[in-house]
Amino acid sequence: MRTKSSSWLAAAVLSVSLCGAAHAQVEIQWWHAMGGPLGDWVNDLAKGFNDSQKDYKVVPTYKGTYPETLTAGIAAFRAGNAPDILQVFEVGTATMMASKGAIVPVGKVMKDSGLKFDPTGYVPAVAGYYTAPNGQMLSLPFNSSTTIFYYNKDAFKAAGLDPEKPPATWPEVALAAAKLKASGQACPFTTSWISWTQLESFSAWHNVEFASKQNGLGGIDARLTFNGPVQLRHIQNLENMAKQGLFVYKGRDNKADATFPSGECAMMTGSAGLYGNVKKNAKFAYGLAPLPYYPDVPGAPQNTVIGGASLWVMSGRPADHYKGVATFFNYLSSPEVQAASHKRTGYLPITMASYKLTDSSGFYKENPGTDVAVNQMIRKVTDKSRGIRLGNFLQIRTIVDEELEQVWGGKKSAKDALDTAVKRGNEQLERFQAANKS
Amino acid sequence: MVERRPILDFVSHAILLVGVAIVAFPVYLTFVASTHTATEIVQTPMPLLPGDQLVHNYLAALTGSEKGQGSGAPVGRMMWVSLVTALGISLGKIAISLLSAFAIVYFRFPFKQLVFWAIFVTLMLPVEVRIFPTYQVISDLHMLNSYAGLTVPLIASATATFLFRQFFLTVPDELVEAARVDGAGPMRFFKDVLVPLSATSIAALFVIQFIYGWNQYLWPLLVTTNESMYPVVIGIKRMIAGGDATQAWNLVMATAILAMLPPALVVVLMQKWFVKGLVDTEK
Amino acid sequence: MAIEKRVVFRSAWLPWLLIGPQAVVIGVFFFWPAAQAILQSVQQQDAFGTSTEWVGLANFERIFSDPSYLASFRTTAVFSLLVAVGGIAISLVLAIFADRVIRGALAYKTLLIWPYAVAPAVAGVLWLFMFAPSIGVVSYALRRAGFDWNHLLDANDAMALIVMAAVWKQISYNFLFFLAGLNSIPKSLIEAAAIDGARPWRRFWTIIFPLLSPTTFFLLVINIVYAFFDTFGIIDASTEGGPGKDTAVLVYKVYYDGFKALDLGGSAAQSVVLMLIVVTLTVLQFRFVEKKVNY
Repeated sequence: MRTKSSSWLAAAVLSVSLCGAAHAQVEIQWWHAMGGPLGDWVNDLAKGFNDSQKDYKVVPTYKGTYPETLTAGIAAFRAGNAPDILQVFEVGTATMMASKGAIVPVGKVMKDSGLKFDPTGYVPAVAGYYTAPNGQMLSLPFNSSTTIFYYNKDAFKAAGLDPEKPPATWPEVALAAAKLKASGQACPFTTSWISWTQLESFSAWHNVEFASKQNGLGGIDARLTFNGPVQLRHIQNLENMAKQGLFVYKGRDNKADATFPSGECAMMTGSAGLYGNVKKNAKFAYGLAPLPYYPDVPGAPQNTVIGGASLWVMSGRPADHYKGVATFFNYLSSPEVQAASHKRTGYLPITMASYKLTDSSGFYKENPGTDVAVNQMIRKVTDKSRGIRLGNFLQIRTIVDEELEQVWGGKKSAKDALDTAVKRGNEQLERFQAANKS
Repeated sequence: MVERRPILDFVSHAILLVGVAIVAFPVYLTFVASTHTATEIVQTPMPLLPGDQLVHNYLAALTGSEKGQGSGAPVGRMMWVSLVTALGISLGKIAISLLSAFAIVYFRFPFKQLVFWAIFVTLMLPVEVRIFPTYQVISDLHMLNSYAGLTVPLIASATATFLFRQFFLTVPDELVEAARVDGAGPMRFFKDVLVPLSATSIAALFVIQFIYGWNQYLWPLLVTTNESMYPVVIGIKRMIAGGDATQAWNLVMATAILAMLPPALVVVLMQKWFVKGLVDTEK
Repeated sequence: MAIEKRVVFRSAWLPWLLIGPQAVVIGVFFFWPAAQAILQSVQQQDAFGTSTEWVGLANFERIFSDPSYLASFRTTAVFSLLVAVGGIAISLVLAIFADRVIRGALAYKTLLIWPYAVAPAVAGVLWLFMFAPSIGVVSYALRRAGFDWNHLLDANDAMALIVMAAVWKQISYNFLFFLAGLNSIPKSLIEAAAIDGARPWRRFWTIIFPLLSPTTFFLLVINIVYAFFDTFGIIDASTEGGPGKDTAVLVYKVYYDGFKALDLGGSAAQSVVLMLIVVTLTVLQFRFVEKKVNY
């Protein structure tokens, strides 16, 4: 026999348990490749999001370097337990896109979630890299940097150069390098990520093609064209500089990065993301400047190409996870979060709103040079400068590394090296096309 | 050493000192780097003498107090995972390899050659090449994020089986005959005669396999999604940042040295075992 | 492998039971995945496995028509020989002397074995610190001695670097096993020879080296397998196969293609070729070299 109080009790218990069930948190798995202080940044982003709402919990997991993280994601996908969000480096973009059904485009995720999403608010040169030709955003730009020019002001002074006037053109770079060498600098100029800085970004900066079909954005049948006259001339210049000891090759990928903050090399083209390292470790006055260009090339300087990674949404996850992903992406794209990230890491802000917010906060004035990277990107893009999307891109970069090494070592001419690189690279593109017949 | 030969003694020490200087130099560098600030390390060239940051760096590494370590996982937990993994792998490998080598050397059975080569060929396909299907097996067996998943796939060892085979072949036949005469069966012989005789080989293998298990990186990275199951090497690698951010090299090196202490302990302890084994096996 | 014990045990079922555990582990965790991985050598797949196509021997044809693949055979041979021979010789010398001394023996042995404990991830970084052209401590010293070290652009310097890095790791490993082998040589034999008037050099060649031969054979095989299969990590951390492809040994290309380039078909085809080579080499060693071993 039910008394009134026990039915009240039953009702109370029932409603409490229902509330509990309605607030069961959905866990969003986010696999990333950010170690060191960037790992702290990722964890703080997740924490900020988790603290701001109760429905979803983003769980970031470090999965090694970019190739290791991608391999982990692929292995998990093949075994049927992929994460929700996977951070993939820019050269893996074509691989992610070409695999039918492995990913869900970000544009679709955002649209399906019903949340407000404005693709036009994203910086074209940044988001364009990760956008399909029809305008649908495929992945969310996360940590994008671009190529800039670092120089050692103290070394400039010692060589009789004006430390406040960095070389703006490549001929000026060569002249400055000669003076630096004369004043005793063993390494006047070097570069890291040679394919990215001296061919990919270089091409976009000069509004010439790196590959056909709008650098691959227009189709999987793109082929390389970076052995054109502008690029050839540039590599020949570098070849001459190398012969005179003005350009010193310091290794593949980012091996050269350490040489600038340590004072070993006086000028360097590299990633804007190196700024934090330079700021912390350089024991000399330094400056940041836009990438040099050739003034006689029409359209130069246009805009540079980004590097870094983006966030992809994997398919096959439970339906309620996608709304969580969309909510998280909205959070990441909000001007406050973007501006804070940009200031903390040096990575580019991905929305115009966050750029304006950072600007109005006076950050660029207080930290001179930090707006160089952004300025190179906040422009209208052309068909040749929106970004690059090529299959087997990692192999192509390695091929460029290998061929150019022959040039710096004096074993091949610039023309031979570039032609061979294009030929070998095109073989890679043909293979990719064959393996990913759509 | 049997007689006194002072010149040979001198030469021995000289060569050993040179050997140690060359072989241990990278370890020395690691130690030096762990006693400086990060900025000092990246100057050209790196300092060769220890600095003054020893206490500060090691405390920071142990407590995770300084920014830049990229993870919240405490070093202690990671060392524990590494310890369990290393012990599991080394003990497991030694156990099953002793049994297999015993079977291969002391029995005749059909396909024996094939079995030996089948075990041997496991050395010839690096795990990176077969990583997708291996991960799938682990996933299907629900061994992800578990100590089992971290250790069992790494237990099959051709090296250990091969080493024990070599050793067993040197054991005089008289011992087997004597055991037979005593009425002992094969497992009795194995337990009472063969295993004690193998003490030095077991000790050597234990050191190697412990270190191998301790230093696992790629496999744990893939089969664990829970950061509390990460072994210590992942923690180290993770501090070596991705991309362009500043590396806290001094902390990296301090953690690396801390990570090398348990293996060093194992090396020292095992040497005591060598000596003990020597005394016992004096034939 | 014709070497057999004269006296064996008889049992129909016991040996199978004894090899059971190892058989199960390698069956489930090696052969099953390996078979699938090798199957990919006759397929062409995208990275995620969403589309698979059977291409017969096309992957094999492709790799053999690539001149740089054929060139890497030579690179691999040079590299493996230097690593195996160098590693064994150096560690044998060190082991003999470490076994000889009494004072400081524990310290020497610990310091010589301990470097094996340096995690490969850290070792890669250390080698960069030491050999980075111009700022590395070792290259700095080399330059002061008049030697222009640049492994980024000089093929020989690059090969020297990866050989040194690979051998370094193995010295500790080989040293440990040589020590174990030396420890099991009865002191009484050596004493008897000394009493007979044999000097250390003679004792080494007539007693120690022959009795050490099972260990030496073991290390020879293992070092060659190591040089062929386990060195891609070191190469990746130091030269990445450069300059050009001058230090791209076969296994590095397997690793690069399978793991970084995600060309699973090509990587699998190369793995098959590599496996066949090393199996052949090992069979030859067992057939011809093992004859010289004293058991």
